[in-house]
Amino acid sequence: MLANRPILRLLTSPQHLWRTVSLGMKSLWLHKLRSMLTALGVVFGVASVVAMLAIGEGASYEAQEQIRKLGSQNIILESVKPPENQSGASEARSLVIEYGITAKDIQQIRGTVPGIEIVDPSRSLTETIWNLDKKAEGQIIGALPMYPEMRNRHIVDGRFFSDLELDQHLPVCAITVATQARLFPLSSPIGKSLRVRGFYYKIIGIISDENGNTDPAASGPETTAQLLIPFSTLLDQFGETFFRYKTGGFEAEKVEFHQAVIRILEADKVESRAAAIRQILSTNHKKEDWRIVVPVELLKQAERTKRIFSIVLGSIAAISLLVGGIGIMNIMLASVTERTREIGIRRALGARQTDIVVQFLIETVLLSGIGGIMGVVLGVSIPFIVSHFAGVTTVVQIWSPILAFSISVITGIAFGIYPANRAARMNPVEALRHE
Amino acid sequence: MAASAPAPIIRLVDIRKTYITGDIESHVLSGISLDIYPGEYVCIMGPSGCGKSTLLNVLGCLDQPTSGDYFLGGQNVATLNDDDLSAARNRNLGFIFQSYNLIQQLTVRENIAVPMYYGGATDEQMRTVATKLATQVGLDHRLDHKPNQLSGGQQQRVAIARALSNSPLVILADEATGNLDSKSGKEILELFDDLNRQGKTLVFVTHDERMVERCTRVIRLKDGLLDRDEPGAQSHRTQTPTAA
Ligand SMILES: Nc1ncnc2c1ncn2[C@@H]1O[C@H](COP(=O)(O)OP(=O)(O)OP(=O)(O)O)[C@@H](O)[C@H]1O
Ligand SMILES: [Mg+2]
Repeated sequence: MLANRPILRLLTSPQHLWRTVSLGMKSLWLHKLRSMLTALGVVFGVASVVAMLAIGEGASYEAQEQIRKLGSQNIILESVKPPENQSGASEARSLVIEYGITAKDIQQIRGTVPGIEIVDPSRSLTETIWNLDKKAEGQIIGALPMYPEMRNRHIVDGRFFSDLELDQHLPVCAITVATQARLFPLSSPIGKSLRVRGFYYKIIGIISDENGNTDPAASGPETTAQLLIPFSTLLDQFGETFFRYKTGGFEAEKVEFHQAVIRILEADKVESRAAAIRQILSTNHKKEDWRIVVPVELLKQAERTKRIFSIVLGSIAAISLLVGGIGIMNIMLASVTERTREIGIRRALGARQTDIVVQFLIETVLLSGIGGIMGVVLGVSIPFIVSHFAGVTTVVQIWSPILAFSISVITGIAFGIYPANRAARMNPVEALRHE
Repeated sequence: MAASAPAPIIRLVDIRKTYITGDIESHVLSGISLDIYPGEYVCIMGPSGCGKSTLLNVLGCLDQPTSGDYFLGGQNVATLNDDDLSAARNRNLGFIFQSYNLIQQLTVRENIAVPMYYGGATDEQMRTVATKLATQVGLDHRLDHKPNQLSGGQQQRVAIARALSNSPLVILADEATGNLDSKSGKEILELFDDLNRQGKTLVFVTHDERMVERCTRVIRLKDGLLDRDEPGAQSHRTQTPTAA
């Protein structure tokens, strides 16, 4: 009964399956070098798929991590100095350039957009920060006590300033790890003071850098040194107008808020709220002196990019596996011709066409399957080596080797069917006469 | 004709085989009718190109006649599909070729068991039968050798054991000793004698006139036709219905 359906028999009888597989192995073993070279095509195809997926996945993971640090439920408003040609004629003549997010904007957003939690407005300016005779160019940020929480910044040491200190306009500050690395390379900064222009600030805490780094030793020169003081203190001491020295004179600018973070309470409303806020800002501002950053949108953008990347990758993978498959087909066709006699003998002794098909298909599946396994091993070790030596994040997802392996086996079957059928269709008499 | 006459294993009725190459029709078999009964040892002889191998291929269900009926074990072969033909070859026929035709990547034991493999036998059955048959043909000490490690005579013994492994109705041999020296050829022929004495039915294509001494019936072909059908020296072994 089962003998009439070789494939069914193969699937239902482990003994028979084993027999067929070991027969296939014997035939492949007869031409070790040839079999190995054929499998190599699949090895490299599968390995490149797994490795590229891991590197691509790692890159997008890194991008997503950075976006996520901005807070997925946050919307960030930033003041942008408008390009010269956009400044109105009246402003061009005035000494003070006035631009950016205003209290009126914030007020209006708070009043009209529902389900939001205000907001973390801050102002910043670039200044030289002094520790005795050591100095560093850095950013002075006037912030609210909720700043670390809103920006996903960790307290590394000490504490951030409190509501009380904000209310009393106290000259206290928190510094970032990068600032510590530059101004306090040897000793602990807590309790010491820093000077900006003529003002002194007592350091009460250390927070992580913008990129999340918490280790002063790992803080590179590209990270901006930051000094955070109560918003009220900043207003007191630097006023509403900032003067900045420029070549050939100095320029003054008036910015109410450099930045404000708005938290949207319902995660699925972030985009519609962002649209409402955009609406408000574009009616309020004639110039493009503001910018809105919606991390969720960036995340979606990153996912779109990743999808395109995956399609490109998929095509490359498909091509490399196609090449591997053609290699298999080529060898199997040669093998069928070479073994015409064997096929004739088997047919004479009672093999059905399906028996011959199964025999040759098993061989191609073994070739591609063994190639696939070796490819997966190689493909998993490449990202490992890359991240170890090049310091690039790579992410091998469980499904990627499984996918690559299955595709290699399917390729083997697809490209094995034609040679196997050709073997099975041979006329037994002619096959037996073949030299 | 006696009613108790045994049924023929093979019955050919006006078998014709015509090859068409381009515009030329060549009638290789031009109407052969023939019955072969259990226990016979039939030698088919005739000049080269007279159609002996073609006839044997038809008998072996490897080739279909252009016209005529072929009954194998009572079954009309023309009605069988490809899978049935494979099964008929597997169960009813044993093949022995001039050039042995063993499968190179398989051992002696595995080669002997190939027909059983396609017949759906278990590993256990294949092992026991192959070992038994190898002993019968005197190769029990070569069970794990590959064909290329054996002499021609030994390879042909393996082929004989293989032809026996599914206990077929009839064994077909095409110049089975053609590639062998006279000594090992003689040993093979003695093996065939033994098989026929045990009651096996054999159809043996040969050029060797000395075979007349060993067989029970001699069929001579000429130009695709049955020229003569006469008893061999061992015809006493069988009681052909015509003799009865
Ligand atoms: N496929 C084919 N196409 C055309 N002609 C063929 C084919 N096969 C065999 N023949 C012809 O049929 C004739 C008989 O061939 P066959 O092989 O049966 O002869 P034979 O009696 O076995 O000869 P030998 O003793 O030399 O083996 C030959 O003339 C051969 O040319
Ligand atoms: Mg011949």
